[in-house]
Amino acid sequence: MKIVQTRRISQIFFFLLFIWLCIVAAVGDKFWQLRNWPTNFFLQLDPLTAISTALSTHTLYRTLIWSLITIILTIILGRFFCGWVCPFGSLHHFIGFLANRKKTAAQKIKLNQYRKAQGIKYFILIFILAMAVLQPLGVTLQTGLLDPILLITRSFNLVLLPIADQTVHFVSANERFYETGWLIFAIFTAAVLLNLIIPRFYCRFICPLGALFGILDRFAIWRIGKNQSHCINCKLCEQSCEGGCEPGGNIKISECVLCFNCLHICKDNIISFQTTPSLSGEVTNPDISRRGFVLSLAGGILAVPAIRLSNKLGSNWSYNIIRPPGALAEEEFLKCCIKCGQCMRICPTNVIQPGGIEGGLENLWTPVLNNRIGSSGCQLNCVACGQACPTAAIRPVTLSEKLGKDEFAAAGPIKLGTAFVDRNRCLPWSMDKPCIVCQENCPVSPKAIYTQECFNTVRNGILTVKKTTDSTIEIAETIPADKFTSGDYFCKIDGEIRKKIAKNTENSITAEKFEKIPVAGEKIELQIRLQKPYIDIEKCIGCGICEHECPVSGKRAVRVSAEGETRSTNRTLLLKR
Amino acid sequence: MTEQNDKNLERREFLIRTGKAGIAIAAAGAASYLLYDKKNPAQNAEPENIVTLPDFSVPHVQEQSLSIVKGSDRTKTVAKAIELLGGIERFVKPGDTVAIKPNVAFASPPMLGATTNPDLVAEVIKLCYKAGAKKVIVTDNPINEPAGCFAISGIGKAVANVGGEIVLPKSNYFKNTTLAGGTLIKDWPILYEPFSKANKLIGIAPVKNHHRSGASMAMKNWYGLLGGRRNIFHQDINTIIAELAIMVKPTLVILDGTEVMMTNGPTGGSLSDLKRTNTLIAGCDMVAADSYACGLLDIKVSDLPCLAKAAAAGAGTTDYQSLKPMLAEVS
Repeated sequence: MKIVQTRRISQIFFFLLFIWLCIVAAVGDKFWQLRNWPTNFFLQLDPLTAISTALSTHTLYRTLIWSLITIILTIILGRFFCGWVCPFGSLHHFIGFLANRKKTAAQKIKLNQYRKAQGIKYFILIFILAMAVLQPLGVTLQTGLLDPILLITRSFNLVLLPIADQTVHFVSANERFYETGWLIFAIFTAAVLLNLIIPRFYCRFICPLGALFGILDRFAIWRIGKNQSHCINCKLCEQSCEGGCEPGGNIKISECVLCFNCLHICKDNIISFQTTPSLSGEVTNPDISRRGFVLSLAGGILAVPAIRLSNKLGSNWSYNIIRPPGALAEEEFLKCCIKCGQCMRICPTNVIQPGGIEGGLENLWTPVLNNRIGSSGCQLNCVACGQACPTAAIRPVTLSEKLGKDEFAAAGPIKLGTAFVDRNRCLPWSMDKPCIVCQENCPVSPKAIYTQECFNTVRNGILTVKKTTDSTIEIAETIPADKFTSGDYFCKIDGEIRKKIAKNTENSITAEKFEKIPVAGEKIELQIRLQKPYIDIEKCIGCGICEHECPVSGKRAVRVSAEGETRSTNRTLLLKR
Repeated sequence: MTEQNDKNLERREFLIRTGKAGIAIAAAGAASYLLYDKKNPAQNAEPENIVTLPDFSVPHVQEQSLSIVKGSDRTKTVAKAIELLGGIERFVKPGDTVAIKPNVAFASPPMLGATTNPDLVAEVIKLCYKAGAKKVIVTDNPINEPAGCFAISGIGKAVANVGGEIVLPKSNYFKNTTLAGGTLIKDWPILYEPFSKANKLIGIAPVKNHHRSGASMAMKNWYGLLGGRRNIFHQDINTIIAELAIMVKPTLVILDGTEVMMTNGPTGGSLSDLKRTNTLIAGCDMVAADSYACGLLDIKVSDLPCLAKAAAAGAGTTDYQSLKPMLAEVS
């Protein structure tokens, strides 16, 4: 078999594997749902995730050790990952092929020539790594924005899969929604469409992972190169060069993605994968100018303090950023979260959403709970997000820890925040309407939402008795017929006794039997029985089910705010004794 | 100097071009004519495709409309209760498609009693198949995430083990309905699709405390059929429960009072919320079943205004003694 055939099979295999692992990342009991499928396979092979989190946290989270395989193979072979494994690379490869297949050989050679601008990706890499390590006042991990594995994972899981599943409902029973999905979609589409201008545009100019491989492969034992000097310089080898690495001339080893098209196309078998340097010369080091290096490093160093001028980690922290159960304290969280979206994909209720920039630039696409999206807040008996997280930005907590049971009984349950009743919007509090849906749905036992009963006299509810027969009072005023028969209305007589109203007409009220019969001229009060909700902040775990269920459907009358969240020590609400 | 085009249009080409232009103009004109709308758009479109839930009830048999069986083993008590009512054959005929509506509102484990007991559902499915049912489906529109509710409540597994089929409430399964004479259920979405394919309906509900309505039992179980922003009905909970009891005409209701949730309902969450009362009620009159079960919760029939409302509308009787319920005890 030809080597390019083998490469194509490898690309198709890994691409299909990637899609399969996206599909199976769902809670359920079908064979294609999460049952031990390695859904983080590509994320764990990604050395940029491993290296950047190791730089930011000074530890290598256990499952990320798999990336060592990629690192070692890259050191030996070069950028095989780009040309043979990376699903985003394969997608660009295929689109680039489709877009340019009808061009002439001369046009293709021009298209695939080496460009100075291919150095930009190294500056991007230096910039984001500088943000993750060289910071006296706290680091931030932003590799997730452009890391190709994370970009395609996020795009497939949060955008393409939900769109594809919208009508067929195969992957999930109901539609999935993701905030800022449009932005993820726009970036993904732009990256794909750039192939129409230059094939593998993203890989050549932007990809920070490719840049990392370009740096790692300078000692590669085997490299592409010329093995004879009698080359006729036909340039055919550069016609379909995926990396734009100039195999016909002074080959740029750091740009070569090992597509082997040059080796395959050369009629004289001059090009081979060999241990000796190319006879027409080779450049092993990436093309990074000193000025570019200094500027990108300085930019990365200054970017973090600039972003943090908004004081989002200090007193101006965003109380509406509710993190999933088990999330690390915010500063540590921002060192680990790679914005891959696995927690948002796995969350069975769809409540975990990609964050926007309103909580600070660093918050973009990090997991935030939005109780107005999804089927029902954060489920009590679910810890899927922590299990899905590849970097333990959301710790893989057990149910016992989440619920504060067994050995965690002393620590108590994990609180995501605290629910607050907005008494200006709440139906019983402000509009004299019975409701307490929030109380009903509170999953904590005993409930964190309790009620206090009260009776409010309705508007124009002081009435004058005309005549009383049995349990029916005729009144002087006119009231709407049948309005007070729901079982929640009472008639208060003699200033103290309340009787439940069974029915009413425009001029009469029938209630339960009166012990003391109201006489003509006496005033009675028409009252509604209300149960007003209160939050027991010691019991509330901030799950947001109340907020999700609140019938005040716009700005909810009960809302979770991050005060009191377990993960931070400086946002507590209660005085601890 | 300007160049002049001295080449004239050929007749043939001119005719083809005018022909094409004519067709394009005619198409634009025709489309405008067909789409032309003199009126303003309506604020809310008139309701379309209003569906009505079928009547699933079986003929009334004197003194065989309510049975109350004491015992701690649900599989035995339910079998006995149905036997007293005339056996499962009275309710399920060979070839029937049976829909079962348990209460699966919450993603809560079975031992906490917030959802219908899975063994009970499985036993009823077995009985249905014994009577020759072609297919038994089990469905609900839970409050928590549906798939999680069926999984964690144990009902998903229990149903699959005995050959039943779980139907998750997909959004396209909801159709709008209007209850004739109703005040609240007007052009409102209900979980319709699974029931439209069934010809028998069995409701199986636990007995639970409910802070707003007083109790959640057989009648309140039908709340799970409502779709849309159903929480808004909490403003008039008694009326909505009564209207549901009028709208749904089940073949049979089974009310599980083996362990009742006395406090912290309807979610519960702790074993201390439960009390063992070892009672299982089955019958065709859900108002009577709920009225009897008030005693298990230590409340009076008059504490639940929905019962009187439903009875007044003809959905059943609160005077369950008048039905001469059949009593039994199994150990």
